[in-house]
Amino acid sequence: MTNKIDIKAYLDADEQKDLLRLLTAGSVDDGKSTLIGRLLFDSKKLYDDQLAALERDSKRVGNAGDHIDYALLLDGLKAEREEGITIDVAYRYFSTNRRKFIIADTPGHEQYTRNMITGGSTANLAIILVDARKGVITQTRRHTYLVSLLGIKHIVLAVNKMDLVDFDEKVFNAIVADYLALTSHLGIEDVTCFPLSARDGDNVVELSERTPWYSGKPLLEFLETVPIHADRNYRDFRYPVQYVLRPDLNFRGFCGKVASGVVRVGDEVVALPSMKRSRVKRIVTYDGDLQEAFPPQSVTITLEDEIDISRGEMIVHPDNLPHIGRHFTTMLVWMDEEPMDTSKQFFLKHNTNTSRASIVNIRHRVDVNTLEQKDGQPFKLNEIGQVDILTAKTLFFDAYAENRQTGAFILIDPITNNTSAVGMILQPLDERALENDLVPTLDLRRLGIGEEHYDAVECIAKELGRQGFDVKVIK
Amino acid sequence: MNNYHLSHLQELEAESIHIIREVAAEFENPVMLYSIGKDSSVMVRLAEKAFAPGKVPFPLMHIDSKWKFKEMIQFRDEYAKKYGWNLIVESNMEAFRAGVGPFTHGSKVHTDLMKTKALLDALNKYKFDAAFGGARRDEEKSRAKERIFSFRDQFQQWDPKNQRPELWDIYNARIHKGESIRVFPLSNWTELDIWQYIRLENIPIVPLYFAKERPCVEIDGNLIMVDDDRLPEQYRPLIRPRMVRFRTLGCWPLTGAVESTATTIEEIVEEMMTTTKSERTTRVIDFDQEASMEQKKREGYF
Repeated sequence: MTNKIDIKAYLDADEQKDLLRLLTAGSVDDGKSTLIGRLLFDSKKLYDDQLAALERDSKRVGNAGDHIDYALLLDGLKAEREEGITIDVAYRYFSTNRRKFIIADTPGHEQYTRNMITGGSTANLAIILVDARKGVITQTRRHTYLVSLLGIKHIVLAVNKMDLVDFDEKVFNAIVADYLALTSHLGIEDVTCFPLSARDGDNVVELSERTPWYSGKPLLEFLETVPIHADRNYRDFRYPVQYVLRPDLNFRGFCGKVASGVVRVGDEVVALPSMKRSRVKRIVTYDGDLQEAFPPQSVTITLEDEIDISRGEMIVHPDNLPHIGRHFTTMLVWMDEEPMDTSKQFFLKHNTNTSRASIVNIRHRVDVNTLEQKDGQPFKLNEIGQVDILTAKTLFFDAYAENRQTGAFILIDPITNNTSAVGMILQPLDERALENDLVPTLDLRRLGIGEEHYDAVECIAKELGRQGFDVKVIK
Repeated sequence: MNNYHLSHLQELEAESIHIIREVAAEFENPVMLYSIGKDSSVMVRLAEKAFAPGKVPFPLMHIDSKWKFKEMIQFRDEYAKKYGWNLIVESNMEAFRAGVGPFTHGSKVHTDLMKTKALLDALNKYKFDAAFGGARRDEEKSRAKERIFSFRDQFQQWDPKNQRPELWDIYNARIHKGESIRVFPLSNWTELDIWQYIRLENIPIVPLYFAKERPCVEIDGNLIMVDDDRLPEQYRPLIRPRMVRFRTLGCWPLTGAVESTATTIEEIVEEMMTTTKSERTTRVIDFDQEASMEQKKREGYF
């Protein structure tokens, strides 16, 4: 071996790298798969045998002529290879000396908005590809809107195929100006634009000699260094209880992932919805106790007092409460082949809480191509709009714009169990305005139920709560 | 700026623990499928972490094809005993008694009967509604598209064209009776992440991963380590001692060894980075038909 690396030093450094999750969006022809293939290839992640298989496949079904068709690397499924398009989200992994990356690769054509939303939900950054010959097109607008809807903080505009416009600075600048007009309209702050040729590698890993007028970094270097750390919410402590651990009578631990904010041993906390107060006694992990916990750590919290808290409830700081309620307005993306049916009661899953829920009002739909509002007809697959939702159980939530973790939910069809829609909460609504209150009440005294049965009734009410129905028990 | 910073491994660990707990909370009868390989070893440790200081609330299940390396079986039994796991071992005894094996029936029939069918039968027998698997998305092209919660119909089949959307960390765990979910808590881990984690956490793994002189024979370009006396007669004169290790573990006649001198994790990683074969090339079963892993997944083998 000629180039002996110090493997231990390498591993020690590798261990410290952080993780950037990125979404790529673009159409079949924008060269998106080629760009990803290039990033993987040039970061030397492509193993020889994958490369050999690729060369074999390129000759058989490739669309890149004499070049290696990097897109074939990414199109894993048989059906797609035949269609020549990627039809779902595919995840790719690569690392450089500075960072690890997870790429969610999603297709661009209209019927698969669903997949882009899926791929983008956990992304820190989105790469939007445009073809330098076409500039900002309808699809670019749609992708950018979806990225803004998902609250992805950083956008990269990759102006690809610059080789086909002779690396003309004017073309690039015109596209950038167009695009910035769009993003400022959507309130997206962090946009960085790159003139690229993914096929030839210009400005991907190294600066290109063919764009002497370009003064920025190459794309990969930017991806390695863009700060993402501050994007999380460290301000509002939200701890959805996921699992209650009772290995013996002396230990009652509340397992969960810190959704946002920071919690320390000794902090005064309040459990929702009971509003019972206590203090954090310990923050337990397999590797020993912690003094504080922050997102996205998975820990186990024990409290000074014996408070009954179940899965779906939430631990927070008493001076910083989320919205507590059952009625809110939200952006909703319809993900199901079956159109929205407002007479249905869905299961709504929000963090670890599951409730029955109804869509009580459709405000409007958004035309994702023009970004204009349309009438409030029930949504079909891939349609987006604003609706009001009423839940049977109390939820503890924040606006999605403030808190991606506690502002998001999914709607599950009660018959097919499909994930029918996903939502990003805008703000709470007044519950008193509603005529039909969904929460049934059992007044045990009035019903003439003997006190000896109270425990059993409460137990059943709790089980119903677990299944998404709140039942109010009055003793 | 603050110090609330997680490395990629800490972030992956937190994500996996969250997934494992979610399954324990949402399903009535989950099971963790255990292949005894390095990925399984990491997954098992993550489950132990998820419920510490308590016990893991679901069993481990190993599908024994009856052709696993002896060292794997020994490791399995010792590990389960040491860490107090409830271990279930299931095999397709009918096919075993009929003499099914890779040498006599070929890799496809052997895998169908001793792995896929044995697994499906075992899942039905215990009526598990969720089964953890240690698959990673970076292993193989068709896996790159699979969800973390992967829905299976009542025949345990996967439909790549009809996957539930999966957003944020909200997993849809609702199923009808007879249906189930395969859960992949290591979806976002890479091979290097797994080795790093094993190194940092001192996770025990089967010694076959480390190089040693072992009796080997070359069959169809694969270096096969002879683990018992079921090797067909014609290969026996060709057995030679070779310094080898394994990058993946499975049935011994179907798992190619690689020549290596790596006896520590650091040396393994070094080899991984300087040699250039991705790990599934040592799996004979991936090559027996085009898009074969996808086919196997559709049929229920992971």
